[in-house]
Amino acid sequence: MESSVQTLAPAQPSRLLSSGLGWRRRGLNTLMMVLIAGAFVLAMIPLFSLVFEIAKRGIPGLSAEFFTEDARGAIGGAGGASHAIMGTLIIVAVASVISVPIGIMAAIYLNEYGEGRLRRALTFFVDVMTGIPSIVAGLFAYALFELFLGPGIRLGVMGSVALSLLMIPIVIRSAEETLKIVPSHLREAAYALGTPKWKTITKIVLPTAFAGLVTGVMIAIARIVGETAPLLVTTGVVDSMNTDPFNGRMQNLAVYAYNEYRSPGVMKQASYDKAWAAALTLIAIVMILNVAARLVYRRYKTEIR
Amino acid sequence: MASVDPTTNAGQLLAAASGGRRRLGDRVFSRTAVLAALTILILLAGVAIFLLFEGFPALTASASELPEGKSFIDYVAPLAFGTVLAAALAALVAVPLAVAVALFITHVAPPRIALTLGYLVDLLAAIPSIIYGLWGIFVLGPATVPVMKWLEEKLGFIPIFEGPASVTGRTMLVAGLVLAVMILPIVSAVAREAFAQTPRRLQEGAQALGATRWETIRMTVLPFGRSSVISGAMLGLGRALGETMAVTIILSVSGAVTFNLISQANPSTIAANIALNFPESSGLAINALIATGLVLFAITLVTNMGARWIIARQQGE
Amino acid sequence: MSSFRWVVVVASAVALALGVAACGSSSSGETTGGSSSGGGEVSGEIAGAGSTAQQAAQEAWIAEFENANSGATISYDPVGSGGGREQFISGGVAYAGSDAALSTEEGELEKAEKQCAPGQLIEVPDYISPIAIIYNLPGVEELKLDPETLAKIFAQEITSWNDPAIAKDNPGVELPDTRITPVNRSDESGTTQNFTEYLSEVVPSVWKFEVSGDWPVKGGEAASGTSGVVEAVSTGEGTIGYADASQAGELSVAQVKVGSEWAEPTPGAAAKIVEESPLNKELSPGKYTIAYELDRKTESEGTYPIVLVSYLIACTKYGSASEAEAVKAYAEYVVSPEGQELAAEQAGSAPLSPALTKKAMPAVEAIEAG
Repeated sequence: MESSVQTLAPAQPSRLLSSGLGWRRRGLNTLMMVLIAGAFVLAMIPLFSLVFEIAKRGIPGLSAEFFTEDARGAIGGAGGASHAIMGTLIIVAVASVISVPIGIMAAIYLNEYGEGRLRRALTFFVDVMTGIPSIVAGLFAYALFELFLGPGIRLGVMGSVALSLLMIPIVIRSAEETLKIVPSHLREAAYALGTPKWKTITKIVLPTAFAGLVTGVMIAIARIVGETAPLLVTTGVVDSMNTDPFNGRMQNLAVYAYNEYRSPGVMKQASYDKAWAAALTLIAIVMILNVAARLVYRRYKTEIR
Repeated sequence: MASVDPTTNAGQLLAAASGGRRRLGDRVFSRTAVLAALTILILLAGVAIFLLFEGFPALTASASELPEGKSFIDYVAPLAFGTVLAAALAALVAVPLAVAVALFITHVAPPRIALTLGYLVDLLAAIPSIIYGLWGIFVLGPATVPVMKWLEEKLGFIPIFEGPASVTGRTMLVAGLVLAVMILPIVSAVAREAFAQTPRRLQEGAQALGATRWETIRMTVLPFGRSSVISGAMLGLGRALGETMAVTIILSVSGAVTFNLISQANPSTIAANIALNFPESSGLAINALIATGLVLFAITLVTNMGARWIIARQQGE
Repeated sequence: MSSFRWVVVVASAVALALGVAACGSSSSGETTGGSSSGGGEVSGEIAGAGSTAQQAAQEAWIAEFENANSGATISYDPVGSGGGREQFISGGVAYAGSDAALSTEEGELEKAEKQCAPGQLIEVPDYISPIAIIYNLPGVEELKLDPETLAKIFAQEITSWNDPAIAKDNPGVELPDTRITPVNRSDESGTTQNFTEYLSEVVPSVWKFEVSGDWPVKGGEAASGTSGVVEAVSTGEGTIGYADASQAGELSVAQVKVGSEWAEPTPGAAAKIVEESPLNKELSPGKYTIAYELDRKTESEGTYPIVLVSYLIACTKYGSASEAEAVKAYAEYVVSPEGQELAAEQAGSAPLSPALTKKAMPAVEAIEAG
């Protein structure tokens, strides 16, 4: 404790502050508050710059055509990105279906059941998993499918598998932290009533942690929705709409944007516009998902007293 | 428990407790959890095996067969150096900033807008990595050119500012800063959850004893959230070590191993190197690239071992 | 608690719905083995991969082809020339685009021929593009560089814009005292390969480096992709770089000395040098392989020697009839005058000269099922 606290509990902090040593502590407090606020402003600068640039460069590329047409048969500046939008939604959805159950169950294992070697190994290796370069995840997914399906295979689901490798550690880490914070006295109370462990987890721990879990999943989704490198080598490039992740190449917004930027052809500005518009759409998708998640969070947030 | 009221929830649970149903439910659930854990380990083992298998030919090949005619160690050392440099730079900038941002949202800002602010920070995570790359070369890079010129003039005697300052701004400094912005939302989100869940009792106790807001934070929130922050930092560091597209687009890769942050001659990172060279590579060159991926795997392993050790030591105190 | 359950139920329902929709009919991206309908229209699905330099052209060709043949779906993965050749050899794609002809190193050429057996290997140029020397020097509208000066600049032996070697060829131009920042490709690329080939053939005394797709000189400004080089030169003062001429946009382009003339990177000049170059006998063993040995030392008028020639690689026989039909129709379109005009319009390439088309056509017309 501070040596400057001489007696217990004067109810009003200002009384203490007005006692001699106060101005130094108050000054430090103000300084830290200013620094903290300043840090936030600093963090907001790149955000605003980014959003501004994306909006500025992306809005010219937006049109009804962008959202409703695919690029099949599109020459020059024509065509849209509906196939890319659909592709991103499908690939990310499949990746989530793979990652979220596995990730949360693994976090439950780590937090509620785990012991001994398996637990330590899992903890350690999940950390390692966070460092897999995104392109290596893609190469691995490609090699895996090539083993069974032959060379040159390109599928939407391959992209999902590659993205899951990147999503899972984030889901596990944040879920684990969230579950850890659920106080043990809630669990103990449940056990004292004779609740079986699995019911304790599903009916008490998970709902309490629900909001934090959703945040973790949202962060993981945001992380992968803009990933390009792994998808370049797994999902291929195609200009037609494809809604089947298990059959054929599937375009997606990230690869679409990358291609438009890298090989714009003679109509350079139109292609660049499309690339930025695709980025804008990606962010919009995540924003919408985030808003939904935030509403859920607000509804189910429980504070621990 | 003689008489149990079957209409209450607790009563029903107690009634079921003595039955075999509980054991089955528990068994199924715990087995599923273990299965999930094993699946992940298997997946990771698969990745490791893949890297080893594909990378092995390059590890045992002689220098003349490998790209650039160097031995594998000579090939990967500058890349490893660049990877660690960029990631360290990013972490150094991002972690303190993320902690401050998390504190701001949970303890300084008015509670009504805290959620919106958190949402804004999380938006940074949604931006695709290529866009970060493009932002780096179109906006941040050119903006830093005058700053780097100034650094070279005034502080050029320090090796990291030796220069000559790049005219396009596509330097290690900019790459590190962009990486920092990319990992900020991850670290801050994890920190935020922890800080927000600091038990009120602890905080109110400190306030009752006359602590200022900063002192309360320092005494209760920060210690409570410490392991979460380190966890979040690990997540962010992992992301920075493995980030591919942004670095590929931004960094002017000219092969030099140097601490000079503001020049155009920079070492590449392992991930960016794979992305840059994989398309045109074939044969042993591909094996070499995958072997560098293995090295990155090892680097992440070592970094995480270090972090776990730090956490363990702190918890032992 | 019950509303929490509702959320889970709704989420699962959404996931299920998405899954059903996905596994249900997919639209145009499916079905192989369609027979060609009357009126000469082709259907079926084929995939190609390879050079990123060809990407814009391939996209234009695919679009126009799909417009004319609504049942056909063609895709082209711009994974890079090396990746394209590898996938072709392993049978993963029906055709490949490559900035370099299949080489005899590591037996690539033999492997490709084996892959095509019992048919024959087809390798024809389908994309010719001049490589422009772009620079950013405010106030200097026109710049003339002879090969030796050019090589010295990129070898970092000449480091300042007002160097006498540059001034010698540009009388009357006010050259500033700015530092020269040479910009090169950080990724392995056919553009780099062709540019360094030119430098090493024409001024070997200055350019002693090994020719490859990787830029050999350390310490310059390196950018990823053609767009990267163009952006770097646009934003950096005193920069000079090399890139596909069609991407130069508003940037200033230098004139290069050929013989006694100053040449600009026009499509016509690029096509002319290919026309005047001999075949590379070693790399053209078969009836249908046409790989060029570009005569970069040429001094003839109206040529521009810094060019990129990219090839289309295919087989004369394919397993399935629909695949063979589709590849044949597509390849025929690619090397036809209409196809080449389209590529010139949309991707800025130099159309194959009529003589070159005449050589390439028989090769693609030989494609059949078998």
